Amino acid sequence: MTEVTKSEPTGKVEKLEAEQLSTEKPTTLWGTARRRLIKRKSALIGMGILGALAVIAIFAPWLAPYPPGEVLIGVENVKARQAPCIHLLGCPADQPQHIMGIDGNVRDEFSRVLYGARLSLVIGFTTVTFAIIIGTVLGALAGYLGGWVDNVIMRFMDVLLAFPSLLLAIAIVTILGPGLINALLAIGIVSIPAYARVVRSAVLSTRDKDFVQASRSMGGSTFHILFGHVLPNSMTPLIVQGTLGIATAILDAAGLSFLGLGAQPPTAEWGSMLSAERNQVFTAPYLVFYPGLAIILVVLSFNLLGDGLRDALDPSLAMKSK
Amino acid sequence: MFTYLLRRILSSIPVLFGILAVTFILARLIPGDPCRAMLGEKATQTVCDTFIHQHGLDKPILVQFGIYIGEIARGDFGVSLRLGIPVTELLLERLPTTLELSFAAMGFSILVGIPLGIISAVRQNSLVDIGTMLVANIGISMPVFWLGLMLEYVFALLLKGTPFQLPPSGRLSAGLSPVPFYVVWGWQVTSKGLIGILDFVSRLNLLNAILTGRPDIFWDALKHLILPAVTVGTIPLALIARMTRASMLDVLGTEYMRTARAKGLTRYMQVMKHGLRNALLPLVTIIGLSLGTFLGGAVLTETIFGLSGLGRILYDSITARDYIVVQSFTVVIAVFFVVLNLIVDILYTYLDPRVRLE
Repeated sequence: MTEVTKSEPTGKVEKLEAEQLSTEKPTTLWGTARRRLIKRKSALIGMGILGALAVIAIFAPWLAPYPPGEVLIGVENVKARQAPCIHLLGCPADQPQHIMGIDGNVRDEFSRVLYGARLSLVIGFTTVTFAIIIGTVLGALAGYLGGWVDNVIMRFMDVLLAFPSLLLAIAIVTILGPGLINALLAIGIVSIPAYARVVRSAVLSTRDKDFVQASRSMGGSTFHILFGHVLPNSMTPLIVQGTLGIATAILDAAGLSFLGLGAQPPTAEWGSMLSAERNQVFTAPYLVFYPGLAIILVVLSFNLLGDGLRDALDPSLAMKSK
Repeated sequence: MFTYLLRRILSSIPVLFGILAVTFILARLIPGDPCRAMLGEKATQTVCDTFIHQHGLDKPILVQFGIYIGEIARGDFGVSLRLGIPVTELLLERLPTTLELSFAAMGFSILVGIPLGIISAVRQNSLVDIGTMLVANIGISMPVFWLGLMLEYVFALLLKGTPFQLPPSGRLSAGLSPVPFYVVWGWQVTSKGLIGILDFVSRLNLLNAILTGRPDIFWDALKHLILPAVTVGTIPLALIARMTRASMLDVLGTEYMRTARAKGLTRYMQVMKHGLRNALLPLVTIIGLSLGTFLGGAVLTETIFGLSGLGRILYDSITARDYIVVQSFTVVIAVFFVVLNLIVDILYTYLDPRVRLE
């Protein structure tokens, strides 16, 4: 059944275009989107950075010169918070190379930053997946069923939105207790309303379309119509929101870790690495600078990609470009 | 118009109610026995029994919720576990610092963000435009606390000894002690409530310095405010600049702008009078929504710059697991946020007559 539903919207477009421009190759929504996305420089830059980060995250054990938790006391002649030593920039060759310096617990900062990419991407994807699943179910029910179900769900979402997100996350973690899992849960919870809203409005605009009516008249169950027809056609705004949401989730997680509520030492997480060395900003600024730079890179890449996707998937813009 | 306002105000009541319900439920989710969570592990059974009875914790949950709402309506948030003073007092003492910071940050982001956005839109694809959008993209991707630490490093250490040196922490230099304006003016105030209000106002250092005619204190307070305000204001600034640009570009393409051009208005008049006014509308929403960012940013920023505002006390309460303070501050800030959004909506009806007529 899913095959039929997937080809339905695109099939419609194909047929329409085939009638109008019978000599041109048929285009699909995703085909157009892909081409539009590749045309946008900022989206390409975002994808590039993201690809590099994914490579770093996957191959961290081979790329990093040291394990992230290895304390170098007795292994090498280095001191805590020693400045970076880069051979290419004139650091004597007889000294061990540490591109980003040594942290307060005598570990190689560069290795820890590389390993941090793993956690950062995991944080982004897990929280957003969690929020998308719950938000989608809530938003779809609210939009499709309407009435009091809609009212109850959306008023509750309004309440969650009434809190500044970071503050609500702080309150939740304070009560659940600090830790990475609880922090992720809190960030996931506070981002549910955004997805519920997006899905609800998409469902509202789809539920009375002809192909949905057709399925209903053929006796499709509510569940089947909702998850087989309505939701697959509400995906595009969700993808955009999700990509941008990963950026926010990573920033908020870093904020919670910075406050000591998220990842706990000795985990190589950028926010908590920054937090551990924040008082050393005047003596060892590199220990603050690099983890922050890493956060910026990953958040920036998701933001650029999200913006690009929004432009690429927006049909109103697609019309203009033709 | 009036009915619209009334309806809008009434519609925020369920949200306020919901905020209280959420914080109430969160407080009940604290693991373990509430008495020992509040009074400490060593509390005896009799002490606990009195505590539970006093706070109505032996009553049905809905009655407890009623009591909770009643307490908050009276402005009674309970007593801080860590400091032993009423939370309301704590709040009134620390709020001015955060208010001053938020207003300064907001001023910075609006005064810099809107002009940057306008220039970027008018000179689309120019160097200014590309630069602004690059900075805006990086700005919204930056952790606030990192920016704060880096600004501290640059302005307090690297630029030390130059005229650009700025103090990295505190609200005033040591040795400066501002006198509340009502004392300087020789007011004889006896009412406790009035003293509270006057104290509150006089804790806004910049305002108090103006009222008491102390330019030296004003200048010093301003210097202390610059780095934190820039830190908190950068993310909203990036959002505002992006939004102004997008909104302005939309407006510049409209027919009435062509008319304005056709009737020979100067470029300045076209952009400022016909363009900006219409481009402002979506901006009001963005600025309203950024208020949450200001408040969230203030929490992270105050801890970095050693400012004893709401954010700082929230941070200290988190580390001490002082639930009462965390919970009440969440309520207060959420309510504050709802009220500000209400004001934004009302402002909207003023700016856009279409909203009023609906």
